[in-house]
Amino acid sequence: MLVSILHRITGAGLSFLGLAMLTWWLLAAAGSAEDYTLFTDVVTQWFGRVVLIGLTWAFFQHLLSGIRHLVMDTGQGFELGVNKASAILTIIGSLLLTAALWAFLLGVVK
Amino acid sequence: MSLGDSASALGKVEHTGSAKHGGGHWLNEKVLSAGLLLLGVWFIASLVMLPALNQRTVVQWLRDPTGAIPMALFVVASFRHALDGMKTVVDDYVVDEGNRFALNTFFFFIAVGGGALALFALARIAFGAQG
Repeated sequence: MLVSILHRITGAGLSFLGLAMLTWWLLAAAGSAEDYTLFTDVVTQWFGRVVLIGLTWAFFQHLLSGIRHLVMDTGQGFELGVNKASAILTIIGSLLLTAALWAFLLGVVK
Repeated sequence: MSLGDSASALGKVEHTGSAKHGGGHWLNEKVLSAGLLLLGVWFIASLVMLPALNQRTVVQWLRDPTGAIPMALFVVASFRHALDGMKTVVDDYVVDEGNRFALNTFFFFIAVGGGALALFALARIAFGAQG
C-alpha cells in the first residue's frame, strides 16, 4: 500500500521536477559557459542538493517499485509474505542506492 | 499465483472491451517501462563513470553517438512514460470529466513541449553548435 502510493508520488515528482531539471541541464550544457555555471551554482547550493538528492531517491524508489510491478504483472509475487518483503526491499534498496550514489558523487568514496 | 490456463492473462483480454485494443496499449506501456528501466540505469551509470560533470566533459560525452543516441531515447521514453503515468493518476483521482479532459490535455502539451525542448538542446550539443 505504502509502496504503491510512493510509486505514484515519486512518479509525479520525477515527471515534473525531474524532467524539468533534466531539460534545464541539457539546455545549460547546450548554452554558454555562464548558462552551465548558473545550473551548477544552483544544484550545489544546499537547496539544490536537497532537490537532486530527493530526485535520485525518487528515481531509485520508482525504479525498484517499477521492477516489482513488472514482476507482479506476470502474476508472481502476490503471496502475502513475498509481497510484503518485496515492498520493504524497494524502500531499503532505494535508500541504499541513494546513499551510495551521493557518497560517490560527493567524493566520500572514490 | 497463476492467472492463465491455455491463453495468457493478456491474451484473454486482448480485443475485448469497447475499444478492442486496451490490452495492446497496456503491453506498450509495460514495454516502454522496461526500456526506460535500462535507459535509466544507463543514465545513472554514465554520470558515475564520467571523469567529471563539467560542461566540457558533458558536451564531449553527448557529442559522441554512444552518448547522444541513448540520451535521445532516454528523453523521449521519459517524457512519454511521464505522460502515461500522469494520465493514469489523473484518470484515477479527477472525478469530473471536464476537468479530467482539461488536465490530460494540459499535461499532453507540457510533455510534448518539454520533450521537444530537451531534444532541441541535445541536438544542439550533438551537432556541435557550441565550441
